[in-house]
Amino acid sequence: MTQIELPKYTAKDFATDQEVRWCPGCGDYAILAAVRKVLPDLNHRKENYVFVSGIGCSSRFPYYMGTYGIHGIHGRAPAVATGVKAANPELDVWLVTGDGDGLSIGGNHLMHMLRRNVNIKVLLFNNRIYGLTKGQYSPTSLEGHRTKSTPMGSIDHPIHPISFALGVEATFVARCTDVNKGGLNILGDVLKAAANHRGSAFVEIYQDCNVFNHQAFFYATEKDTARETTVLLEHGKPLVFGANRDKGVRLNSTRLEVVSLDKVKEDDLLFHDETDPALAFLLSRMSHTQGMPEPVGVFHRIHKPCYEDMLTAQMNKAIEQRGEGNLEKLIHSGSTWTVGE
Amino acid sequence: MNTSATAANRQFATETLESAVIRFCGDSGDGMQLTGGEFTTTSAVYGNDVATFPDFPAEIRAPAGTLPGVSGFQVNFASTEIYTPGDKVDVLVAMNPAGLKTNIADLKGGGILIVNEDAFNNNNLKKAGYASNPLEDESLKEFRLFKIPISRLCEESLAETGMGAKAIGRAKNMYTLGIVYWLFDRSLEPTIKHLTDLFAKKKNQPELAELNIKALKAGYYMGETAEMFQSRYVVPKAKLAPGKYRQISGNEATALGLIAGARLANKTLTYAGYPITPASDILHFLSAYKNYHVKTLQMEDEIAAICAAIGASFTGDIAITASSGPGIALKGEGIGLAVMTELPVVIVNVQRGGPSTGLPTKTEQADLLQAVYGRNSECPCIVIAARSPGDCFDAAVEAIRLAIKYMTPVMLLTDGYIANGAEPWLLPQVGAMKPIEIKHATEFNGHSDDADGEGNNVYLPYLRNENLARPWAIPGTPKLEHRVGGLEKAENTGNVSYDPRNHQRMVDLRQAKVEKVAQDIPPTEIQGESSGDALIIGWGGTYGAIHAATERLLKRQQKVGTVHLRHINPLPPDLGDIIKRFKHIIVPELNKGQLIRIIRDHFLVDAVGINKVQGKPFLVSELVAEIEGIIAR
Repeated sequence: MTQIELPKYTAKDFATDQEVRWCPGCGDYAILAAVRKVLPDLNHRKENYVFVSGIGCSSRFPYYMGTYGIHGIHGRAPAVATGVKAANPELDVWLVTGDGDGLSIGGNHLMHMLRRNVNIKVLLFNNRIYGLTKGQYSPTSLEGHRTKSTPMGSIDHPIHPISFALGVEATFVARCTDVNKGGLNILGDVLKAAANHRGSAFVEIYQDCNVFNHQAFFYATEKDTARETTVLLEHGKPLVFGANRDKGVRLNSTRLEVVSLDKVKEDDLLFHDETDPALAFLLSRMSHTQGMPEPVGVFHRIHKPCYEDMLTAQMNKAIEQRGEGNLEKLIHSGSTWTVGE
Repeated sequence: MNTSATAANRQFATETLESAVIRFCGDSGDGMQLTGGEFTTTSAVYGNDVATFPDFPAEIRAPAGTLPGVSGFQVNFASTEIYTPGDKVDVLVAMNPAGLKTNIADLKGGGILIVNEDAFNNNNLKKAGYASNPLEDESLKEFRLFKIPISRLCEESLAETGMGAKAIGRAKNMYTLGIVYWLFDRSLEPTIKHLTDLFAKKKNQPELAELNIKALKAGYYMGETAEMFQSRYVVPKAKLAPGKYRQISGNEATALGLIAGARLANKTLTYAGYPITPASDILHFLSAYKNYHVKTLQMEDEIAAICAAIGASFTGDIAITASSGPGIALKGEGIGLAVMTELPVVIVNVQRGGPSTGLPTKTEQADLLQAVYGRNSECPCIVIAARSPGDCFDAAVEAIRLAIKYMTPVMLLTDGYIANGAEPWLLPQVGAMKPIEIKHATEFNGHSDDADGEGNNVYLPYLRNENLARPWAIPGTPKLEHRVGGLEKAENTGNVSYDPRNHQRMVDLRQAKVEKVAQDIPPTEIQGESSGDALIIGWGGTYGAIHAATERLLKRQQKVGTVHLRHINPLPPDLGDIIKRFKHIIVPELNKGQLIRIIRDHFLVDAVGINKVQGKPFLVSELVAEIEGIIAR
C-alpha cells in the first residue's frame, strides 16, 4: 500500500463526539489515550481501522474511537473480527476485550483466532473482576477473592492469560500495565510492537478497576514497588530488575529464581529469547506473590503465515487454476440432458 | 447396449409402466446411497422425471447387520411429472435380513423383492430378530421374491481380477445395480462414466474403477442369462418442460444459488459454517467453488460462524451461514446482533428432527417458529422457505436479494428431505437473472445540527431509504467511519441511545422494514380451485406430497385449492383474501402445528392442521385421506 498522500493524523482524529462513560479514575482512560496517541504514528489510513469488541466495560472502546467499529456480543469479538479480516485483509483490525469477555465466555473464540494467526491486535484489559455486571469474580480473579458472588472467597483456580495465549500458539504475546508510576511505562511501545507484528498479537494489560477491584495491580504500577515487582523483557538481554537494577532472574535447571547481582554476574542470568515458547511459558508463570517479578514487554514473537492471507491465496489460486468462475458453466456442470419441444 | 443384450430382449415380455418406485436397502457400509444415486442419475439422463428419498442412520457405520444400521435409498422414476419419491415401493432390493425387516412393510402386494440370499445366514437373521429364515417360510408369499446369491456370484465373476476379498465384497452393490439396470432396461454408460471419474480420476485407483465396472456388467448379464425374471419393465421418457436439465440435490442447489446471488451482486461470498448434519454439504460444495470468489471459513462453533458472517457483512461481502436446528439455536444471539446492526446476512436452516440432537438424519419442519420468533425480544427476521431440491436455488438467490435490499438478516428454511433428495432441475437462464444492485455509501448523507453552512457534512448510518433500509458504508471508505453494535441505536445517527421514545421508534422501524418485504411478494399462485371447500396451505419441503395430493383430490372432484408459501415472514399480502374464499383452511406440516399458529394469528381463522412428526415426509395417500376427512366433517 502506498502511504504517500496520507494525511498527518493526531490523537484527536481518532476521537469521537461520544462522551466517554467509564467510571472516573478507571484504567481504561489511560489505555484509550495511549491507543489514540499511537495510531497516528503508524502511518496507516484512518478509514482502514476497525475496532471490534464484545461486551463489558472494555468493550465500549469502539464507541470512543473515530474509526470503523463493531460493538458485538459477549465473548464473540474474535469471531466477528475474523469475519472482518477474512472479507478484507487490507484492514487494520483491533480487538478490545476483557478477562471475562475474552477468557470466560469468549475463551473458545479467542483460542481459535490466535491459533489461526489472524492478523488482529488483541488488547485484553485484565482487571480480575466483572465490572459492568457490578463486581463478580472473573476467570483471572485470585483464589479466595471475596466478591458479590463469592462471599466466602473464590474457589476457582485462575487462568494466566499469557500462559493461555502461548498455549494456543499465539505468534505475539506481550504484557504491560495501564499506567506506570515507576518509570516503566511501556504501553505505547507494546502497542506499536503489536501493531507492527504481522499476525495475531495478544497484549494483556493490567488494568485497574477502581470501583470493584481497586489496586489489584498497584504492586506493578506504583512508584515504590513497580521496579521491584516487575521485570522488563528485552530480546537478547538479561533479566535485570529492581529500583537499583541490582537483581536478576536466573534459570536453575527447569526453574527460574531471583538472584542478587552482588553474587551473580549478569552473563549468568537468563537472557530473553522471544522465539522460544518454552522459555516464554516459564516467564508467564512468574508471580509477585511467590517473590518473583512479573515480566512486562514482549514474551514471545515469531512469524507464521496469516489466516486471511492464506484464505485469499487459496481463492486466487483456484481462480488461476480453474479460471474465473462462470455462472453459466457452474449451473450447467454435471450430467445434463435436454428435453425437446 | 450390445447385441447380445438386444438378442436377449426378445426372450422376455416387456411391460411398460408409467412410473416405478425402487428402494435399495442394506447395511450403511453396503453402498446403498451410491447405488440409489447412480440409478437416479441414469434414469434422469434417460429422460424420466425422478424424485428421491435417501434415508440413512446418524451413525457412520452402525454394527453390521443390525436394524439401526440399515441405510436406504428410494427413487421414484416416471414418464409423467412426479412430485414425491412415492408412498409404496414397487421393487425392494434388500442386501441383508435387517434391510428386509425394516423395509418390507412398504413393499406393495405383488411387488418385486430382490434379496442377497447369501446374507441370510443365522448370524444376520439373529441380528435382525428373525426367528426363522423369511426366505424359507411363507411370510413373503405375497411378493415376487427373487433369491439371488449376490455375494457368491459377484465374487465368482471377479475372482480372476486378483483383487482382495474386501474390494470384491464391496463391489456387490454394483453387481446388484447391474441386475436392476437389466430389469428396467437401462444403459450402463452413465454409471461406467461416473465410476471411471470417481475411482480412476479423482482417487487415482483405476483398478477399483475396473473392478466395479466389471461387477456392474456381471450383474447385468446375470439378469439376462439366469432366466430368473419373466419380464422386463420400461418406464418411458417423461414429457417435461423443454430445456436443459440436470439432477440436483437441495443442498447443492442451495450452494449454487448462494454463489449465483453473490455473482449477480458482483461480490465475494464469505461463508462461515460449522459442520452439522444435514447442512454440512453446503459447506463442502461451496469449498469446492472457490474460483467463484468464494471464501469458506470453517469456524470453531456455530456462534463463531454467525459472528464471522456479521463481520464479513459489515466489511461488504455477501455473508452466509448455514446450520440445522440445534446450530440455529446457538446462533440466536448473533442473529439478533445482525437485526440490530441492520446488516445483510443469510442464515440457512436445513431442518432436521428435534428437539435437542433429535433425529439428525431425518426430516422435520419444526423450526418455523424458531425462525420467526426464536430470539430474545422484538427481533423480526425475513423468513422464506424452499419447496423442492431445485427450488433451493431460486430461494437462495431470493434470500440474498432481500437481505441486501432491506439490510437485514434473512432466514432460509430447507429441510433434510429436500436437502438430500434430488430431482431433475430445469436449468435457469443466467441471462434472464436480474443483477443484484449494491450501492455502498461513499459520501456524507446528513447535516449535523451544530454545524453551520449548507450541504451534507456527516454520515448517518441509520438514515433510511424508501424501503426503510439503512446505507451500507464499508470499512476502507474515507470519512464515513462509524460504529455499529448491539446496544440500541439512535435513529439516523446510530449513536447509543437509551431514550424510551427512540427505542419504541427503532423497534417499530425494524418491524416495519420486515413488513415492507410484502411489496416484493408476487401474487399467490393457487393450484386447483380458487374458491371452494378447502384451501390447503403448505410451506417448504412438503410441496411435492401436497401438490400430488391436490392433483388426486381434484381428480376426485373435490373443490380444493392449494397455495404453497415461499414467504412466511412476512406472509403474502393477498393470502387473507384467498383464505376468505374457502370453507375449510387446512395446514399440513411435519410438526405439531407451527405455520397454522401464524395463520390463525394473522387471519383469525379456524384452520385445521395435519401434523406428522416421524422423521419422514408425508405420504400422498395419507394427505388425501386426511383432507377428505376434514372436508366431510
